[in-house]
Amino acid sequence: MSGYLFEREEHKELRRQAQRFAAAEIAPHAHEWEEACEFPRALYPRMAEAGLLGVGYSEEYGGAGGDISHALVAAEEMVLAGKSVGTVVGLGSHGIAIPPIIRLGSEDQKARFVRPVLEGRLISALAITEPGGGSDVARLRTKAERDGDHYVVNGSKTFITSGCRADFVTTAVRTGGERHGGISMLVIERGTPGFTVSRKLEKTGWWASDTAELSFQDCRVPVGNLIGDEGSGFLTIMMNFVTERLSLASQCVAIGELAYRESVAYSTQREAFGRTLGGFQVLRHKLADMATRIAAARALTGECVIRFLDGEESPSMAAMAKNTATDMCSWVCDQAVQIHGGYGYMREYVVERLYRDARLYPIGGGTREIMNEIISKVEGY
Amino acid sequence: MKILVTAKRVPDPESTIKVNSSGDGIEEAGIKWVVNPFDEIAIEEALRVKEAQGDAEVVVVSIGPSEAQEQLRTGLAMGADRAILVTGENLDTSAVAKILVKIVEKESPDIVITGKQAIDDDSNEVGQMTAQLLGWPQATFISELKIADDKSSAECTREVDGGMETISVPLPALITADLRLNEPRYASLPGIMKARKKPLEQIEAASLGVDTTPKIVIKSMAPPPAREAGRIVESVDELVTALQSEAKVL
Ligand SMILES: Cc1cc2nc3c(=O)[nH]c(=O)nc-3n(C[C@H](O)[C@H](O)[C@H](O)COP(=O)(O)OP(=O)(O)OC[C@H]3O[C@@H](n4cnc5c(N)ncnc54)[C@H](O)[C@@H]3O)c2cc1C
Repeated sequence: MSGYLFEREEHKELRRQAQRFAAAEIAPHAHEWEEACEFPRALYPRMAEAGLLGVGYSEEYGGAGGDISHALVAAEEMVLAGKSVGTVVGLGSHGIAIPPIIRLGSEDQKARFVRPVLEGRLISALAITEPGGGSDVARLRTKAERDGDHYVVNGSKTFITSGCRADFVTTAVRTGGERHGGISMLVIERGTPGFTVSRKLEKTGWWASDTAELSFQDCRVPVGNLIGDEGSGFLTIMMNFVTERLSLASQCVAIGELAYRESVAYSTQREAFGRTLGGFQVLRHKLADMATRIAAARALTGECVIRFLDGEESPSMAAMAKNTATDMCSWVCDQAVQIHGGYGYMREYVVERLYRDARLYPIGGGTREIMNEIISKVEGY
Repeated sequence: MKILVTAKRVPDPESTIKVNSSGDGIEEAGIKWVVNPFDEIAIEEALRVKEAQGDAEVVVVSIGPSEAQEQLRTGLAMGADRAILVTGENLDTSAVAKILVKIVEKESPDIVITGKQAIDDDSNEVGQMTAQLLGWPQATFISELKIADDKSSAECTREVDGGMETISVPLPALITADLRLNEPRYASLPGIMKARKKPLEQIEAASLGVDTTPKIVIKSMAPPPAREAGRIVESVDELVTALQSEAKVL
């Protein structure tokens, strides 16, 4: 198995660096952090120092340069070598939280929020989903009413990745009327009176990454924290989704690849009926099917990345890539558990964790059904 | 000041190593290749000297297959200024040392830094042989390096049994890096991008006029014996008996 078609020499070198970092800094603690449902905050500056946190972001704002293709391969290698998906996705929550600020924020906002995040000094989160609904973004209810130099925010958000520790949350709020046009993006900082983390949620997978329910009660946010113009929030969210979905698709490719590698290694060691598991044709064919589906998901994800870099932001293709990759990932991880037998059901085995981690992907970042809604609309039926 | 540093291409220490079917080497298919970790430390040290000195040049050298370009690019991405690749096959330590001497003569560096050994064959010879052939002072297994203000000598701390030894070597000198010398940096993406444009000179070993006929011939290679499964004993008495009568360590 070897990478994406778009990869050039620099991607391979970046993979080597990310691999070295994750093998040294994450892998030795992967199990411990997953079980503890937290990884040390100090990992953010470590990753920034290694030049990996800012991959995909302009050097102008403290990033390491490169584009989404670089960010995806670095994240893949972190999953492969670090073996803790929760840690990698927790470290990566800025991938959805800062692009709106980069796209529409003022220079002052970029200096206050983007640079410190890319330097590993601040943790960021994106909050769109509410207890009342996630798929129907246009109907979100968290209200922000203008009062002098402030917005007064009331409402709640849930399932927010890195929300428990976030120093600021890029929050979708309703500043105007019903539906799409009334939505704006507001940066809400930790410590703002009225903003609290109401719960740390317990989940199926992604344990090392914290997930929060957030509450806003008469929370006064300076108007200077509004990103772009009032009412531009919905478009910002939609633009964010394309890269988020490509990133989720490539996480699925990485998880599938890791589950596959673990399975290949296990099937050459484990013996049954006097031979290794790999000695059974049924098993070899299962591995071959896994490899094939991974390759297919990788190919489609890679194609979307190439098109995206060529300026073609196709929400429906990103949706197709996400669904293809999530289906692959769920199936591959299930097979990986099967190959490991009873051990595959045990917490000390990596594939058991991957199986749980995989369940998120058809839900987060837009559900499988919502992806099909997008595809249907674009296809025109 | 000019610093010449080595970067050998070796299998990733994380890879599973298998003996090949002819039994005289390792199976190379599926192996990931990296810069020898001790060379990575050597490169880091060279870069630190450069950063401290200001006007220094770091030249990274690899001797081996043409694929070792990858390892040189890693060195360049970390921050070395240019690279030299000497291509050749079936080169043993003495051949590598003789080739390195030619490169040193051509480049006239003030310091040569190599890893103390390569993690593939663990020979621990190239640095020493090269210094000997050059007639240069050498400081091996160093864990600290200080260049004198007048740049005429280097103070090197070596880890020896039960303590530290500090020696001073006049420059030019050859130094071999031990594990605790430093913690190598990660190459950043901007560094990786810049590395693509840095010069990488290729030289064929055969063109250097040295006799590279191997002095060492590998006759056979075998994996270490598989470790036997452990056993859980019922009591301390049973353990003591087993240690006495079976393991014979008590
Ligand atoms: C671990 C985790 C991390 C997350 N991180 C974040 C985060 O950082 N920030 C954030 O804002 N959100 C985050 N989310 C939320 C996630 O994006 C939402 O869960 C998701 O969008 C679905 O919303 P919902 O849970 O409200 O489900 P609902 O919208 O209530 O959907 C329930 C079911 O109905 C289906 N459905 C809904 N509408 C339709 C339709 N029109 N046609 C057909 N079927 C439909 C859905 O597909 C789904 O199966 C996270 C979720 C999880 C689990």
